Amino acid sequence: MRYHTPASFEDAVEIAAQAEGITRFLAGGTDVLVQLRSDLVTPDDLIDIKHIPGTHEIVQNDDGSWTLGIAVTGAEMSEHAGLCAVWPGLVEGMDLIGSTQVQGRATLVGNLCNGSPAADSVPGMMAAGATVSVMGPEGGRVVAVEDIPAGPGRTTLTKGEVITAVHIPARGEAAGDAYQRFIPRTEMDIAVVGVGVSLQLDGDVITEARVALGAVAPTALMVPDAAAALIGSTLDEDAKAKLAAAASAACNPIDDKRGTIEFRTEVAGVLACRTAQRAYDRAQGKKVAKHV
Amino acid sequence: MSKIHVSTTVNGDPVDFLCDPRETLLDCLRDKLSLTGAKEGCGTGDCGACSVEVDGRLVCSCLMLGAEANGKAIATVEGIADGETLHPLQAKFIEHAALQCGICTPGILVAAKNLLEKNDSPTEEEVRYWLAGNLCRCTGYDKIIKAVMETAADMREAS
Repeated sequence: MRYHTPASFEDAVEIAAQAEGITRFLAGGTDVLVQLRSDLVTPDDLIDIKHIPGTHEIVQNDDGSWTLGIAVTGAEMSEHAGLCAVWPGLVEGMDLIGSTQVQGRATLVGNLCNGSPAADSVPGMMAAGATVSVMGPEGGRVVAVEDIPAGPGRTTLTKGEVITAVHIPARGEAAGDAYQRFIPRTEMDIAVVGVGVSLQLDGDVITEARVALGAVAPTALMVPDAAAALIGSTLDEDAKAKLAAAASAACNPIDDKRGTIEFRTEVAGVLACRTAQRAYDRAQGKKVAKHV
Repeated sequence: MSKIHVSTTVNGDPVDFLCDPRETLLDCLRDKLSLTGAKEGCGTGDCGACSVEVDGRLVCSCLMLGAEANGKAIATVEGIADGETLHPLQAKFIEHAALQCGICTPGILVAAKNLLEKNDSPTEEEVRYWLAGNLCRCTGYDKIIKAVMETAADMREAS
């Protein structure tokens, strides 16, 4: 295995594009090292992209949007008061991954590119309308987060392509987001169902909504029908019933030891309503307790 | 295979070593620097027995390559005591018998010290969540949590 520490994304792309064997990019390493040590994936070329300038920065741009470097850790996001105030749901999704120790290393882009359908940070990013910059041998492109996962352990990135930054939109007044997951324990577990919701209100009425589900299909899903059930409502009981039905209808889960198909499908509906309520309360400026 | 030259500091001392790119920081600490306080429990970041600080940040040394330590400041359990004087957490763990087999103890001490440096008056819930990534199969955790809470109280009183 060759270990590379390129000083620019151009160099990283060149190394990856010319590599002939298995290539992995190394950010936080919380998945790559586990796969390496268990002999599941032994890269011929391991490209550590944390030495590239700017990759550790959280920047709020002049238009209010955010740019997060690919090496920003979960702990750094949770400690960033400005980001937590504006996108609490996106941050709480990331914060649910693993232990304090894992939070010291794990990154948004690593969680996305590992390709787990249950990745906790992904529904929150999708609900927020986050995009990523991708650089490859043919040049650069900007891709919606929901277009990166292709299936368990797979992404739509092609040979030599690397994500260079995460972009999170500006947030207006009267807006809120939330992420919740169901796990059988209280901490340190993998989502059985995860839901991300982002809402924009006008008074009490929801004018914009984005709903994303995790762990109930081969990739995290955007659920436009669930968003449509919320738009124009005040999150009344009728809207919640339609939201739950739309969320459950979108599910295409597996049966495993964590949950059956029936269980995941029902919980998706219940959790969508609870998560929407948290996003709605935040949009109205109410204090919503974060998990510890 | 060519080795990678790593220059780092461990518990304040400048250290140089050569490592294979596949070796973890935990391998390097234990096998090259003879710092065997950090333990390999699971090797997958679940148990926390290998916890160390890297530039003040709590991490699992099994989930980091030795090569990644270049230019970083590493702190391990070996640096917690001041010479022969135990750190208050170490003394309190002994007083409460907050350990049995001891495999998890170095990682828990490093993690608890890191918490108390960020938050000198954590709630019991905060301590339990902070240490959720440190597994102990002997004590049932209550003695550990009590020792950490009492140390925090003692250190607040002393400061």
